[in-house]
Amino acid sequence: MTALLEARSLTKHFPVGRGFLGRGGGVVRAVDDISFAIDPGRTLGVVGESGCGKTTTAKLVLRLEKPTAGEILFEGQDVAGLEGEGLHRYRKNVQAVFQDPFASLNPRMRVDAIIAEPLVTHERLDAAAVAARVAQLLDVVGLPARSSTLFPHEFSGGQRQRIAIARALALSPRLVVLDEPVSALDVSIRAQILNLLRDLQRDLGLSYLFIAHDLAAVAHMSHVIAVMYLGRIVELGPASEVAARPAHPYTQALFAAALPAHPDERRDEIVLAGEVPSPLNPPTGCRFHPRCPQVMARCSQEEPKLRTVGGVAVACHLYD
Amino acid sequence: MSALLEVSGLSTQYVGARGTRVTRAVDDVSFTLEAGRTLGIVGESGSGKTTLALTLMRLLPPGARIAAGSVRFEGEELLHKPEAEMRALRGKRIAMILQDPMASLNPLFTVGDQIAETLRVHEHMSRRGAWTRARELLGAVNIAAPERRIGEYPHELSGGMRQRVVGAIAIACGPKLLIADEPTTSLDLTIQAQYLQLLREIQRERGLAMIFITHNLGIVAKMCDAVAVMYAGRLVESGPVRRIFDAPAHPYTQALIESIPRFGDTASRLTAIEGQPPDPAALPPGCAFHPRCPLVMDRCRVEAPPDLEVAAAHRARCWLAVEMPAGAAAKG
Repeated sequence: MTALLEARSLTKHFPVGRGFLGRGGGVVRAVDDISFAIDPGRTLGVVGESGCGKTTTAKLVLRLEKPTAGEILFEGQDVAGLEGEGLHRYRKNVQAVFQDPFASLNPRMRVDAIIAEPLVTHERLDAAAVAARVAQLLDVVGLPARSSTLFPHEFSGGQRQRIAIARALALSPRLVVLDEPVSALDVSIRAQILNLLRDLQRDLGLSYLFIAHDLAAVAHMSHVIAVMYLGRIVELGPASEVAARPAHPYTQALFAAALPAHPDERRDEIVLAGEVPSPLNPPTGCRFHPRCPQVMARCSQEEPKLRTVGGVAVACHLYD
Repeated sequence: MSALLEVSGLSTQYVGARGTRVTRAVDDVSFTLEAGRTLGIVGESGSGKTTLALTLMRLLPPGARIAAGSVRFEGEELLHKPEAEMRALRGKRIAMILQDPMASLNPLFTVGDQIAETLRVHEHMSRRGAWTRARELLGAVNIAAPERRIGEYPHELSGGMRQRVVGAIAIACGPKLLIADEPTTSLDLTIQAQYLQLLREIQRERGLAMIFITHNLGIVAKMCDAVAVMYAGRLVESGPVRRIFDAPAHPYTQALIESIPRFGDTASRLTAIEGQPPDPAALPPGCAFHPRCPLVMDRCRVEAPPDLEVAAAHRARCWLAVEMPAGAAAKG
């Protein structure tokens, strides 16, 4: 199966703190040489803590940022080189749903105008066709037809997220980037939205890039999971495998830190010391070594390469 | 043994500008908490859990009023205390940790000043004595290099460290009860694990009772001895944490527990709760959960269920609990 989207050695550095006369300053290595692929109809889940580069990865995929190095291929074509008609088509094929549906919907627009906006800008449809498509989209995301004349403030958080999903689906995309799509929602609503996203994937054959900090939700939604730490992918593999048998010490600590679903569920307590170092000046060798409970002498000198161990790719000297 | 905190029939209302709109944010809430124990209060936004915490501390905003009930702390009624006595009690015998440490800390003062202030006000310590103690407290909340951090400002610290400073202020005067309102929501996963472990250590060492206010049942499963579930201002179910997870009596609690994704569950769908949480200003008649309840009966639409004892220390507000075998006695 050929991948729908493929990232090869993707890198994004942000220059910072250009001081007086351009002296000083450095680069934040937000995303550093990562590679992954998303297959048609599948979900890649990206997990990691703040500063690990997961949102930058999403922005690169959405072409809201240009990579410093490396490339993104969509259906085999380099995304960076797209312009004009090609870029137009890419934007149609890759849509996004963001965390906060209170910020991502224009409060002055009615719901029908919000959902129709991508149709108006990307397709030449007459008013009747647009109205029919909006009605159909509202139905798909489970909102009543009368919603179309209301404003966003008349909806709850979960309903607003449905509106945002309807807008993302308006152009029948192939890939939807979901950046923390349920984090801002009430607990009782999250399951509704996660179910809706899975139904849509099944019915429309969508691919998802799913970014979230709720590990159980990512494990539930994803086919493949990538674990990021300080701009690097430290582990990449089938979701069931990564969740059940995390290989990298960071993945182990991350899953150990996930909250239990029952008071009797006791995981091995691995509480990491310290905090995530600054991506401005990442540690030498393995970036995780200052916090790693299993650190060895070579970890501070030599950066481990991602290598495949039993179906999962791990970047750790323990598996050399 | 008498309980550390006994809350009974507590009701708090928000009154609209013209006194016409009354929102029952907290409605007839009762629970008890023993010394050294941890109670989790779970609810969604708008369920009244934060208003409940503010009511216990008597820190309600203007427009809110405590309509009924009693809050007894170490045998003393808090609701009728003069404001000056409440002020002496807050931060000394009952302390609080809020969600956003940046909002709790003053950006214009050093960390040391802010910890020392609590000690100088409540313990009347000297400036020098308070700073020495502040340094010890920073060490107690596992902040590395406290002698350097004590002179820093909040913006120089990471989110996890700021929340530790808030923790240091909270335990400065040796409180008996700590109310933590979503204390780890703004923290990363591994930092959250560190902070929860710290709170547990502090609790064990100091015999502190805690009230954990959260929307996250995982935190309750990890940290709490007992749990109380709030929905639309009411405690719909309460009891020992294992009992609630194993045999929840209220359909809302059941659905909440089932809706959490679990590792290794391969089912393609989660159990979702249909509909939306109600607007606290316009609650449905009868049981507030009835429009979303999968087991709704005719009675639920008209009559609010009473607080029923399902089993020892396990209570639920649901008409289904009336028919439960476990010696359910209506207490209305």
